Amino acid sequence: MSSEIRFTDFKSDKQPTWCPGCGDFGTMNGMMKALAETGNDPDNTFVVAGIGCSGKIGTYMHSYALHGVHGRALPVGTGVKMARPDIEVMVAGGDGDGYSIGAGHFVHAVRRNVDMTYVVMDNRIYGLTKGQASPTSREDFETSTSPEGPKQPPVNPHALALASGATFIAQSFSSDALRHQEIIQEAIEHDGFGFVNVYSPCVTFNDVDTYDYFRDSLVDLKEADHDPTDREAAKDVILDNEKEHQGVIYKDESSVPYHEQHGVDEDMSVIPDGAPEGATDLVREFY
Amino acid sequence: MAADFNWAVGGEAGDGIDSTGKIFAQALSRAGRHVFTSKDFASRIRGGYTAYKVRTSVDKVQSVVDRLDVLIALTPRTIEENLDELHEGSVIIYDGERTTMQDVEIPEGMIGLDVPLKSLAEEAGGAIMRNVVALGAACEVAEFPIENLDSALEKRFKDKGQKLVDNNKEAARAGQSYVADEYVHEFDYDLETTDEDYVLLNGDEAIGMGAIAAGCRFYAGYPITPATDVMTYLTGRIDRYGGHVVQAEDELSAINMALGAARGGARAMTATSGPGIDLMTETFGLIATSETPLVICNVMRSGPSTGMPTKQEQGDLNQMLYGGHGEVPRFVLAPTTIDECFWKTVEAFNLAEKYQLPVYLTADLSMAVTEQTFSPETFDMDEVEIDRGNVVDETTIDDHMSESGGFQPHEITDDGVSPRAFPGTADGAHMSTGLEHDEQGRRTEDTEMRVAQVDKRNRKVETAREREDWSPREFGDADADDLVITWGSNEGALAEAVEILDDEGQNVRVLSVPYIFPRPDLSADVEAAETTVVVECNEQGQFADLVEHDVLERVDRVNKYNGVRYKADELAAEIKSTLEAGVEA
Repeated sequence: MSSEIRFTDFKSDKQPTWCPGCGDFGTMNGMMKALAETGNDPDNTFVVAGIGCSGKIGTYMHSYALHGVHGRALPVGTGVKMARPDIEVMVAGGDGDGYSIGAGHFVHAVRRNVDMTYVVMDNRIYGLTKGQASPTSREDFETSTSPEGPKQPPVNPHALALASGATFIAQSFSSDALRHQEIIQEAIEHDGFGFVNVYSPCVTFNDVDTYDYFRDSLVDLKEADHDPTDREAAKDVILDNEKEHQGVIYKDESSVPYHEQHGVDEDMSVIPDGAPEGATDLVREFY
Repeated sequence: MAADFNWAVGGEAGDGIDSTGKIFAQALSRAGRHVFTSKDFASRIRGGYTAYKVRTSVDKVQSVVDRLDVLIALTPRTIEENLDELHEGSVIIYDGERTTMQDVEIPEGMIGLDVPLKSLAEEAGGAIMRNVVALGAACEVAEFPIENLDSALEKRFKDKGQKLVDNNKEAARAGQSYVADEYVHEFDYDLETTDEDYVLLNGDEAIGMGAIAAGCRFYAGYPITPATDVMTYLTGRIDRYGGHVVQAEDELSAINMALGAARGGARAMTATSGPGIDLMTETFGLIATSETPLVICNVMRSGPSTGMPTKQEQGDLNQMLYGGHGEVPRFVLAPTTIDECFWKTVEAFNLAEKYQLPVYLTADLSMAVTEQTFSPETFDMDEVEIDRGNVVDETTIDDHMSESGGFQPHEITDDGVSPRAFPGTADGAHMSTGLEHDEQGRRTEDTEMRVAQVDKRNRKVETAREREDWSPREFGDADADDLVITWGSNEGALAEAVEILDDEGQNVRVLSVPYIFPRPDLSADVEAAETTVVVECNEQGQFADLVEHDVLERVDRVNKYNGVRYKADELAAEIKSTLEAGVEA
């Protein structure tokens, strides 16, 4: 079936209400292309979306999907994948969803290493609520709720992921369509939790972290002398606050995903018409 | 009813009280005696006071009573805590060599058996077995054949090797013969055995077993007293039936994982207690409005806030009925006995899938940590029926497509129930959302569609009211003038209270209600009764409020909220005085 699948099959009939020029268009296109390219189709794909501009992605894509409550997209994706190892699971959300209200879940999803892909559309601003500081906003970024800047260091999601035992850490830029798709594809193909932070500029409320800014400052790790299987090298990239990077930062090639670790490999949607075979053994245990 | 025997072991947390009590309860159960256990415990790992109590009879026992015949006291406080229950002739087994017990005073009229538990245990192979020595002593006092204890010791220790089993048997015998040699029998308990086969389990375990029987494959939870036993029961067991348990990072995550698994097509469940329900309420509306079948088990404890975490209360009824913003249908089931915990769990899964909504399954602490004996046939797995509701496949999905060719998981139907398509079903791709949506699940703020979807969701409840049986359980005197209504774990105590009242010439009719929403219409019952009393373990009378709301008539209330469950004798007295006050008024 995969040969017949085109990325437009993953498009729903709803027209996005994102602002013209929003980075999320490019982010979504890359996700759809990567899904099609890796042999998936809408009926075997489950997209979990959070809340915020990014959360609307579930509406604009065509697949099985859940548009959840704010910050809980990763647990939902975890549940889908455990119940249905046969289904491709992709979780998408924004920097607020993932690193603020959902930060706790992020750490634990990374630790579990469930075989799914997590795409964070990071625009370093709260857009849908019209421009407040986000967890990745710069310390001096002036917003309606931080007139002099948040005066707190931004969350470093890659560092958080590495410290939590991540097996795949990447950074892409929504405007670099080819590289973005390539990186998402690699995350999908990774055996475990594929985490991609995507610079997805907000053209309305963020005049600092703009397309131009990222275009001028991004260093592509593919062109730099970076070995993503080297954890120490990954650490250096992640803790380098002077540069913006794109590419696969870290990849553990011996990653053992959750379902292998725990032997969870059955399609749980299929159950017998009555109690499962051998259920009476459970009663005998109480003798 | 045959005479019952009441036994307890008490000490500090960390003294092995729980396992000691469980071994004795198991021995009685294996000897064909009915058992009903209860625990006094605190939220701490060591110290304090904790006790495990066993009531046993050859007849069914389903309540605790205010009487203690034999007490193994490892601390002086154990005696103090139980003064009200000890009576003239009660036997207190203690170790006078233990520093804290040297100067212990045995209350007048009671029999103190000073048994060197530790020394005898050391002779048998290790001081750690001192509680088993005490069990042997208790067997002698109760004239309960010690071979029955052997069987329970084997079950408990067989994984740790035969040597340990033998040592424990020897320790038990050391206790037994010490009592036999040193003391003259002044008591006559004679715990006879029968050929009956019983299983012994608590409410949490019954819920866990019910979940597996019902085809639940996915459980996510966060540990919390008194619901943790559901998770520990399922861990390792559900895997044998193709399922999995995840310990989530918090309750927010647990319920969202369960939601994800349910969207994947699995029968999924989470269990928690009131504080966890508070957190899970965040996701509740999403589950309901996305029409996701999910079983949420709430094992209630005393609130509010952290409240009294190891104490009994039925205070979360309103939370389950009304929790969450907006208006969304949900079902609330409240099994009233431990065996019903099993069957109502099975029912909860069927109802959740047939009507595609969240089902609260609520038990309370008393039922959760109490073990009771049942015949194994009570849990006949052949009787378990699975109904997954309206699930479509590749061939039947065509009947549920929109004109533009999209699958309609929220199709407007006469009975309110729409088709479900699991991921992987061809042409079934759709989004589920907490936003108001059209039939295809796409966001809408169209006024007509909004009303149509709200009405559709509510129509499921009306359909369920008509199609399902929501009857209460009835017992007592069907022709009595006075009616007693209860819900949750009070049923056992009430059943025995009715017998006590009957002996005193007071007849009552009892309705024990396992369905909170939808619930049976009790109007005719209440109207026919001279006086109606609603019994529950909370202060506000939350179920009594519902009855009054349904019937449009005032009812009398018996409430208890000191953290301790009802006892049969106490409840009989409460009901009697309430009825008498009603007559005077």
